[in-house]
Amino acid sequence: MKLKIGVFKFTSCSGCQIELLRLNERLPELLNLVTVQNWAMASSNLQQGPYDIALVEGGISTPEAIEEVKMIRKNSKILVALGDCAVTGGIPSIRNWMKQREAESLVYPNPEYVPSTRIYAVDEYVKVDVYLKGCPPSLDNMLEVFKAAILDVRPRLRQHPVCIECKFYENECLLTTYKQPCMGPVTAAGCGAICPLVGRACEGCYGPMSNPNVKAMVEKLKEIGLSDDDIVRKFRKYAGMSEYYREVAKL
Amino acid sequence: MKNIKIDYLTRVEGKGGLDLTIEGGEVKDLKLRIYEEPRFFEALLVGRRFDEAVELTSRICGICYVAHQITSVRAIEKVLGVEVNERIRLLRRLIAIGGIISSHALHVYLLALPDFLKLPDAFSINPELLLKALKLKGVGDRIVEIIGGRAVHPVTIVVGGFTYAPPKGKLEPLKDELKEVKKTAAETVQLISTADFPTLKVDSEKIALSNSEEYAINEGRVKSNKGLDITEDEFRKFIKEEQVPHSTAKHSKVVGRSSYMVGPLSRLCLNFNQLSDDAKSLAEMVDFRQQSDNPFEANIARLLEIVSLADEAIELIDSYEEGEVRVPFKVRGGESAAITEAPRGMNYHWYRLDNNGIIRAADISPPTCQNAKRIEDDLRVYVPTIADMSEEEIAHRCSMLIRAYDPCISCSVHSLTVKVRKM
Repeated sequence: MKLKIGVFKFTSCSGCQIELLRLNERLPELLNLVTVQNWAMASSNLQQGPYDIALVEGGISTPEAIEEVKMIRKNSKILVALGDCAVTGGIPSIRNWMKQREAESLVYPNPEYVPSTRIYAVDEYVKVDVYLKGCPPSLDNMLEVFKAAILDVRPRLRQHPVCIECKFYENECLLTTYKQPCMGPVTAAGCGAICPLVGRACEGCYGPMSNPNVKAMVEKLKEIGLSDDDIVRKFRKYAGMSEYYREVAKL
Repeated sequence: MKNIKIDYLTRVEGKGGLDLTIEGGEVKDLKLRIYEEPRFFEALLVGRRFDEAVELTSRICGICYVAHQITSVRAIEKVLGVEVNERIRLLRRLIAIGGIISSHALHVYLLALPDFLKLPDAFSINPELLLKALKLKGVGDRIVEIIGGRAVHPVTIVVGGFTYAPPKGKLEPLKDELKEVKKTAAETVQLISTADFPTLKVDSEKIALSNSEEYAINEGRVKSNKGLDITEDEFRKFIKEEQVPHSTAKHSKVVGRSSYMVGPLSRLCLNFNQLSDDAKSLAEMVDFRQQSDNPFEANIARLLEIVSLADEAIELIDSYEEGEVRVPFKVRGGESAAITEAPRGMNYHWYRLDNNGIIRAADISPPTCQNAKRIEDDLRVYVPTIADMSEEEIAHRCSMLIRAYDPCISCSVHSLTVKVRKM
């Protein structure tokens, strides 16, 4: 039996869907295992479910989206929050620290036409079965979810920090050796430490790992010279709304 | 009376729709409804550091992230007075080419081609063609991944250059793959130019970057076929935006004139002579005219660009030498704009920084914002010529015309639904 899948987009950039399409020449192999029932960006053939897996990209920021995501939940066996925006609100949630009317008036001359509220994670409104962190989550992690669903087991998603992956590559530590503001120690792994590998400190785009030591991270960032504002910006970026970061991000 | 309503336009990026009412063969009402949830990028940039603009604006769009990164990095570097070296400039050109090849391949094969083959999606096209198409797209993705460290939302582009110089040995194998890219694109041009090709003639102002040194991508003057010739810093003096109630994407107009088109047809209109020889002979073979006034021909233009840019990517890889890819700079305040050619057309970013390098204001106009009004204007010309058809066929053809612009709706709001009311 092929898995029936649906791919849905809310407040986001579509980058997670594009990461999935980066399967490229392996896409036909995936299509041997799944039937695409509803994926508006890729197909004009939209069916209403039920879905074995619903991949939901994007945060929820309009009343209509709340209704829609509830309907998707009702029609799905496994609901996957696909990417940071769905998991915590992601980068668009930076505006949550601003009054909504201020954000609107900075962009639109007539904010009264703009149908929008603050942005929240998908699990603010419905139960989420799998959280795929990342901006975007790596293709390998997405495939792990498909494989696990086919085998009817739990997907193996990493709970440890990026540092573990960095050590696998024997990278020099950017934080302790080079005093760069690397978010690796608190950030969920899964990317393969791609940034340290190309000489860049981790910006935290996978959001918090499981139970990170945020306090120690803040102390370390202060120690290497970051101002309080810099530290707030670090945590108020990909996952400021997460339960672990809220306090430092000053919600 | 026909009421045609497309609630959710499929095979485009983002959420939009079309409401169309036709009475007596004329368009009574037409609204390209963009109901994508706004993300307020220009607001959330305020208070962020100058070196975060690249990373944050990348997330405006999950397809043309490279273009947003390069536009923002160039604008910020202008404020800070950073002059990058030629190696950095050419690497940025190569990664931009990778981004354009990937995005064009996504559009032409996965989003648009099903229309020409009368299929619901690319998953149902002939497996051999699908595989070739996906390989072609993969080459674009790999160029971005090798230079950028990641294919989607790359991480190496920073103010002052790159965080690392990709090893030449990693880029070399792409040359053979780029030759395959050219072959596939050339076959596809012939396939779609012989398919049931819709005709439409519109006289639109076409605006693109233009540069006497090269086919303009990351730098150039802003020119049009109606005499516009300005610098990127003058953009806001000549192009104004207005908000309309039915769209969270703002509409753009040339001051004193009207809507305009950006994208591959505009680029070819202004810079056709700078295409590679193979791309030019291919254009001749399928009878493509530089001054094409048929917006549906954008797909042919995209494929011609793939051929030409693949040729150029091969040359850039050949001449690439590893070396310094980061220049030092000091932080200072000021304001500046930059424009680059994203796959869908001109992408405008402007920033004001304070003396500590904190962003105090931002103004961003991605290509789909600029095209939104033009798409409506084209539909007004097109619909009367197809008004006798069934409501279903009208909706289908209108979707095709909108799709020809390859709208990137997330970008423009910083989705598409078609509703047709035929009376």
